[in-house]
Amino acid sequence: MSSMELYIAIAIMALVNFLTRVFPFIFFAKRDLPQSLNFIEKFFPATIMTILVFYTLKDINFSLYPYGIKELAGIFFTAVLHLVLKNYLISIFLGTIFYMALVQYL
Amino acid sequence: MKLEREIKTAFKISIPVMMGYSVLGFAFGLLLVSFEYPWYLAPLMSLFIYAGALQFVAINFFNAKAGFVDIAIASWFVNLRQSFYGLSLLKRFKKTGKLKPYLIFGLTDETYALLTTIKDDEQLKKKWYYFFLTAFNQFYWFTGATLGAIVGSNVEFNTAGLEFSLTALFVVLCIEQYKNLKNPIPFAIGTISSIIALAFVPSDKMLIVTISLALVLLFFFRQRLNDE
Repeated sequence: MSSMELYIAIAIMALVNFLTRVFPFIFFAKRDLPQSLNFIEKFFPATIMTILVFYTLKDINFSLYPYGIKELAGIFFTAVLHLVLKNYLISIFLGTIFYMALVQYL
Repeated sequence: MKLEREIKTAFKISIPVMMGYSVLGFAFGLLLVSFEYPWYLAPLMSLFIYAGALQFVAINFFNAKAGFVDIAIASWFVNLRQSFYGLSLLKRFKKTGKLKPYLIFGLTDETYALLTTIKDDEQLKKKWYYFFLTAFNQFYWFTGATLGAIVGSNVEFNTAGLEFSLTALFVVLCIEQYKNLKNPIPFAIGTISSIIALAFVPSDKMLIVTISLALVLLFFFRQRLNDE
């Protein structure tokens, strides 16, 4: 791509990206979210949070050795830390260091 | 300072995202310049696009000399999930006034996750707290990407595995969500949809397929969700 084309491409992506984020705010600016959709407001964050955990692992191949064991161990370790200590900074720091050690030294 | 409390809280909450974004942003910057694109595209894109997955995909668009219409459609699909985020923030963002456009612009997966999980402190001026949280996160991404592009490949520190901080962040936020909701169904739906999509869909389409499937299941179990 020429540099002009690069800038146009970036402008298009910036615009489309903002539109995807702003869409519900425009669509529901005048009317309220229908009652039938209110349960989404309540339950979608929990659902998406679960999905995002899997999403960050989407490029891990669970059918090949070591079968995603390191990732599962990292998640288990992080979850236990969080349930015991209830401090999310500590859970994330130590969980990450634990996983890095697994990846770098095993 | 007038908004000291808001800034401090937002900073503290955003630290895990700092770990994840600086590394991923750095990786993005490295990758971009490895194809001989000018370094300043990294800060430019992080400032105006600010979407992790899309910025990585953008490098493929550049390499493939993709047409503008193709780019627009593909970008829409990559980021479609973010349209659903707004649905659960309509109420929260109602009184954010002039800051609202930026709050919406800065609505990444991670920022959304923090906004919807961390319990609101009644003392905080909400809109400023949301603003600083969003701005801190974008700053980490921006700085990481810019440094990655400038430093190029002269990295000494072995960062392998550091990207796990985002996985760990979502794990912790899942637990916090469970404490708030005390209802296992949304988590079961998220898990089942993800596993099905991971098994049958290429990884670049995994997220949108998973979200669509999860929405269908949420509708299907609507009655049971509301009963509990």
